[in-house]
Amino acid sequence: MADDHPDRDPSEGETGEDKKKGGWFKRLRAGLGRSAANLGGGITGIFTKAKLDDDTLEELEDLLISADLGPAVAARVTEKLAKERYDKEVSPDEVRAVLAEQVAQILDGVAAPLDVERGHRPHVILMVGVNGTGKTTTIGKLASKFRAEGKSVMLAAGDTFRAAAVEQLAVWGERVGCPVVTTKLEGDAAGLAYDALVRAEAEGIDVLMIDTAGRLQNKAALMDELSKVIRVVTKKLGQAPHDTLLVLDATTGQNAVQQIDVFKDQAGVTGLVMTKLDGSARGGVLVAAAEKFDLPVHFVGVGEGVDDLQPFDPQAFAKALVDAV
Amino acid sequence: MFDSLSDKLGAIFDGLQKRGALKEADVTAALREVRVALLEADVALPVVKDLMGRVKARAVGAEVLRSVTPGQQVIKIVHDELKETLGSDGQGLNIHRAPPVPILMVGLQGSGKTTTSAKIAKRLTERDKQKVLMASLDTRRPAAMEQLKTLGEQNQIATLPIVEGQTAADIAKRALQAAKLQGFDVVILDTAGRMAIDEDLMAEVEQVRRIADPAETLLVADSLTGQDAVTTAKTFDERVGITGVVLTRMDGDGRGGAALSMRAVTGKPIKLVGVGEKADALEDFHPERIAGRILGMGDIVSLVEKAQETFEQEKAERLARKMQKGRFDLDDLSTQLQQMRKMGGMKSLMGMMPGMGKLQKQMDEAGFDDRMIRRQEAIISSMTPQERRAPDLMNASRKRRVAAGCGLTVQEVNRLLKMHKQMSGMMKRMGKASKRGGGMPNMAALMGMGGAAPGMGAKLPPGMGLGPGAMGPGGPGMPGLPGDGDGDGLPPLPPTGGAGSGRKPKRRKK
Repeated sequence: MADDHPDRDPSEGETGEDKKKGGWFKRLRAGLGRSAANLGGGITGIFTKAKLDDDTLEELEDLLISADLGPAVAARVTEKLAKERYDKEVSPDEVRAVLAEQVAQILDGVAAPLDVERGHRPHVILMVGVNGTGKTTTIGKLASKFRAEGKSVMLAAGDTFRAAAVEQLAVWGERVGCPVVTTKLEGDAAGLAYDALVRAEAEGIDVLMIDTAGRLQNKAALMDELSKVIRVVTKKLGQAPHDTLLVLDATTGQNAVQQIDVFKDQAGVTGLVMTKLDGSARGGVLVAAAEKFDLPVHFVGVGEGVDDLQPFDPQAFAKALVDAV
Repeated sequence: MFDSLSDKLGAIFDGLQKRGALKEADVTAALREVRVALLEADVALPVVKDLMGRVKARAVGAEVLRSVTPGQQVIKIVHDELKETLGSDGQGLNIHRAPPVPILMVGLQGSGKTTTSAKIAKRLTERDKQKVLMASLDTRRPAAMEQLKTLGEQNQIATLPIVEGQTAADIAKRALQAAKLQGFDVVILDTAGRMAIDEDLMAEVEQVRRIADPAETLLVADSLTGQDAVTTAKTFDERVGITGVVLTRMDGDGRGGAALSMRAVTGKPIKLVGVGEKADALEDFHPERIAGRILGMGDIVSLVEKAQETFEQEKAERLARKMQKGRFDLDDLSTQLQQMRKMGGMKSLMGMMPGMGKLQKQMDEAGFDDRMIRRQEAIISSMTPQERRAPDLMNASRKRRVAAGCGLTVQEVNRLLKMHKQMSGMMKRMGKASKRGGGMPNMAALMGMGGAAPGMGAKLPPGMGLGPGAMGPGGPGMPGLPGDGDGDGLPPLPPTGGAGSGRKPKRRKK
């Protein structure tokens, strides 16, 4: 039964995880520790005592659902497993390996690095997403990364709605040493984007990142506002924005699929970033999203530190998710 | 794309209803679908299992099988169980204590704690006449303290002066001290976002809790949360002892499964819900409404309340009298259009009406848009007072003048006039039929979209009897519009200026 899983006791599981700065795989695993412990532990619980029968498969499906893979994807993965292993004795390790393999397979096509050296100057990146997913923080982390690579970076504080969003980005600008283009609160985001483009062009900036206000995808007026920002940018500079990144929160459930769908349609999203994978959320919806959309996942956020934004590695993600060796 | 939960359950039960008599297997199959729908709605698995167990026990009983309307029976059972899981009706904030009463806000990063703090402060200030102080204990996120300070300034709420370099515990002590000395009734402590598994930060918030001994410890949670809702709610409850939950972003198109999950695993009430970006977009939580909305039964109570808040009583009575006499001129129509916009536009209204989920979808597909309401207002405001009172005056040359005045076409002017004619005709009939004058005309018929709207018997304020009639989808690329009835003048209509935006400062003040 799902209710018997050892992970239901929240005091357990993370105690052994050290928070030291190790390799990124290690840290992702530490971050995903809880979900992995849950999933892995659940599977162990199932398979040490039972053959792969219908009940077991249902439990397995439930476990995948608990990881936010969504009922449809969970059912498919379970079905595949049933085809291959039905009525056979399966060890927990084997199941995890198969599971990791399947998850990695689905995710394989979507792993792609963010290439900002495609000959555009400035290379314009637009950050979009629902409120509170971590757009501004992600911009800060990306800026730091680009600066470390020796690129010149400019930030445009396009969230003119949320109180102190501009100040938040300005702090990041100071931290990483790059100019931040701002306007007043309630100012026009599209106008600001235009100003930033003009400045970035004049100053020969390598990467310009434009922040936007968070918006729920079902607010037509706000989505229109975003379209306007993009129109203005494109009008000013041919192919820009060269990348439009949708920032997803790992704690978001199946609604993330809807978010991708609408933002892709209305803002021309070209890639995804998933944040907050260091919490107890499992981010399994990324698997569902990978099945549904042909969108690269560029980065995952595994902590609040500057170095905690890492390139997306499907193998590591899949393994960490199901705790396979 | 996923359908909304109400659509899903609607489809399932439509199927059930068509088949008439039910077998046990039918109910089981339907319940399996309900289960999937609940999971897709992000209700946490253990909660779904528990719920389905109880529903099944009742649904396969004689209660359903012998029922003439088995579909209705199943809906009722699921609805009852949802309601029961969601808990009792809106329990207000507990601030009955010697002032200053501390309220502690906790939650994950980005769940909306700071915005919610300001909303609660505003509500306590305006509704409960409390003197509120807000303090940000977020020493981590850049500019988090400035955010609260700005929100305080925007809404005339006092905030604790920012002192660099203090710990969260220091700030909490200082806030309580300041509140005591300066005679504040309530002090809201907004904490940094933290992961439930972040040991250091959970210890920090525990410490703050000990210092503050809050009357309310509110977990602010995103209503779009997935299965993690269980872990987060449980952990925060165990570590900090929450007294209630505030669910944010209920105005999104998430299906709100998190509400069920969090309530079920913590047993703590959902006290408030955030329904928009404006500082007053905070509502009481009403389980029966949410359960009803989940099941596609609409949220008529919220609608009426919203209408009452927005609709000025005097205007409403005047309109009702006019309608009884069968007089309904373009000025009245314009007033109605304005009210509608104030209430959050067509879509928000439709979402709350019973059986309107499908219609809402059709509207989306038809490209219906709240901007149309503004255009209609623009047409009316381009008319002379005489024309508004007597639309029959409108001849070809007057129409051309009006069209030029509002930057629209003569066809669009014609469409508005036709719609007004239909509406006034309907109101004349209604006025004869009902002396109360407050009845609700058949919305769907008015909309010209076909399909009857069930359950429309609820008595609504007169302003609600509005349909955009024969309006088609609006063409793109609107030129500038002249000022609307408020006299504050519309800017050249950009795509940004939709009625639902709420991001224009002038709108926020209303």
